[in-house]
Amino acid sequence: MTPEELDQIAETEREAQSQFTQRVNVCVAAGCLSCQSQSVKDALDQEVTRRGTKDHCQVKGVGCMGLCSEGPLVSTSAGVLYKKVEAGDGAAILDSLDGAPVARLVCPTDVPFFQRQMKIVLENSGVIDPERVEDYIASNGYTALIKALTEMTSREVIEQVTKSGLRGRGGAGYPTGLKWSTVSKAVGTQKYVICNADEGDPGAFMDRSVLEGDPHRVLEGMLIGAYAVGASEGYIYVRAEYPLAIKRLRNAIRQAERLGLLGSNICGTRFSFRVDLRLGAGAFVCGEETALIASVEGKRGMPRPRPPYPAMEGLFGQPTLINNVETFANVAPIIRNGGEWYAGIGTEKSKGTKVFALAGRVENTGLVEVPMGISLREMVFEIGGGIPEGRKFKAVQTGGPSGGCLPSECLDMPVDYESLARAGSIMGSGGMIVMDESSCMVDVAKYFMDFCMTESCGKCIPCRVGTYQMHRILSAIGNMTATQQDMKLLEELCDLLRHTSLCGLGQSAPNPVVSTLRSFAEEYRAHIEDHKCPAGICGAQPAGETA
Amino acid sequence: MPSYLAKPTPPNQDKRWKLVDATIRRQGQQQRGLIETLHTVQEAFGYLDVQALRYVAMSLRVPLSRAYGVATFYHFFTLKPAGEHTCVICMGTACYIKGAPQLLDAVQRDLGIVPGETTPDKKVSLLTARCLGSCGLAPAVVYDQEVAGKVATSAIREHLKKWTHA
Repeated sequence: MTPEELDQIAETEREAQSQFTQRVNVCVAAGCLSCQSQSVKDALDQEVTRRGTKDHCQVKGVGCMGLCSEGPLVSTSAGVLYKKVEAGDGAAILDSLDGAPVARLVCPTDVPFFQRQMKIVLENSGVIDPERVEDYIASNGYTALIKALTEMTSREVIEQVTKSGLRGRGGAGYPTGLKWSTVSKAVGTQKYVICNADEGDPGAFMDRSVLEGDPHRVLEGMLIGAYAVGASEGYIYVRAEYPLAIKRLRNAIRQAERLGLLGSNICGTRFSFRVDLRLGAGAFVCGEETALIASVEGKRGMPRPRPPYPAMEGLFGQPTLINNVETFANVAPIIRNGGEWYAGIGTEKSKGTKVFALAGRVENTGLVEVPMGISLREMVFEIGGGIPEGRKFKAVQTGGPSGGCLPSECLDMPVDYESLARAGSIMGSGGMIVMDESSCMVDVAKYFMDFCMTESCGKCIPCRVGTYQMHRILSAIGNMTATQQDMKLLEELCDLLRHTSLCGLGQSAPNPVVSTLRSFAEEYRAHIEDHKCPAGICGAQPAGETA
Repeated sequence: MPSYLAKPTPPNQDKRWKLVDATIRRQGQQQRGLIETLHTVQEAFGYLDVQALRYVAMSLRVPLSRAYGVATFYHFFTLKPAGEHTCVICMGTACYIKGAPQLLDAVQRDLGIVPGETTPDKKVSLLTARCLGSCGLAPAVVYDQEVAGKVATSAIREHLKKWTHA
């Protein structure tokens, strides 16, 4: 594959696409698929064939368009977005391509949910067919790789990434440029690149959407990373629970190999890189990098003390670069447009955009990409559209089991790594769950503690025993049998786990408890002293029916 | 060649062992292929029994204890055969605050089993998931392979009734 050949593919594809005067994009990401979007696409395909307009009307399956709660979503070349489309609506939508839109299905796009977004990672998601590499190439795909390989040295690549200020999107926010330069300087006979796609946080589905909507983007980021650090082998560690993402990744790898974008002597240079998939098997702790490495090696996913960091001694004892899906997905645009362009977005210390999975008690649930530094209020009330049924906002939970609950006082805080940490939560991988007054914060804390207790790998005692004890106390509070003594012990345990656990799982396990204790102490008090649950969740299990 | 170095023979004539052997070969018979091989076994047979674990362990030359350790460490692997149908209730955060516990409660009462168990007539297995990533559609349930979103208690009861009375 030479730059000219890539241009040729892009040109041919663009020409082929310009033959189509009408276009209908159907979301075939997991969210919409579970609302039967496949049957919508099949119906549209059949209708187009029946009408004999196949040569100028294209029906395409695309990645996530964001507003998952209104799925299945369909967008057309007339610039209209349709929501809750059913298979029977196919004919009406095709008719509307040259006329007035189908009013009953129209989803307005001039609302903050769409207008406030800024798409870098998700720019191709919902636009290109994730199963065709040609479509990706026609949208400037793999040009960043070619640019890096033919015009830049590995040092220049790292320089641009450093300049961009990109930080790890897996949650901890470690500067990506610094990590790359450490791995590139490390000495080893063989270096590896691992893409962490073990998205285990409950309430987070950003990585899955990126993998399902634009898998080549992740491969391109890995390739550029491998070139920068001098690696020749890579693994994508993806959850077995994401069968569609796995299927599309396998397909993408095969296509890239066929085009010579993966394999030996890529683009006629001395750079060679191979990628293989490794399926996770449902262990939250495997999101921790040393545990993930153990799992790729075919062992139990148990973390080990650091240092040595994986950058020095990682997979099979060799220097290893581990980045999250979203981090890799940011790389190609940075190389294409330069690090300074990226650094112009976001806040002083948190650059660029972040993809959030907005869920819970909020009007618009789905996937949004916003510049760093946007306020929580904008996230929840403008983009999210506020709380349904006129209920009152109570808290927003970020960072999953390692994060915390932010109360209404924090609503005007900017969303960036530092501010969230100061408020007692973390950015995490980007799950954002909104809660209203119907949620009991003690119950939420118990839920996360139950999660950490079950997911604790059992290697270090503070985490293994501490999470169990904390869960027991939280259960007692929930059953209204706890005493002040228990509260004191709970606080001590928070401190103990934080400082003595081996890995991030145990160290951050107290976060949900600490943050709710800080902002919702009144609720804990009501449980203990008044034996009452203000939200009516705890105590005698109410057999509430869901709507 | 000593017998313990010879390639073990599959436990029976089942053709699915060929798939397992193919995975082992693709991993270069290396120990690092353990998890991948177990994935193949589970995909082919539905679960991992002791006989399968012993075969995989011998083929990759890892101690049976390590194969068993890995199989029990990861939630995705199951050592028991599943029922005719499986019902997975998502217990992710979004689903949790949108009523997944009530769904689980109702199903547990109806079927008389807890998550991880199968009804005595082997009709339905009940499982919970950490997060399906369908948070926009919370609460979500997977009936066999099909994901259903915004599930109400009445809907899940209805669905299970179809299975149990079929």
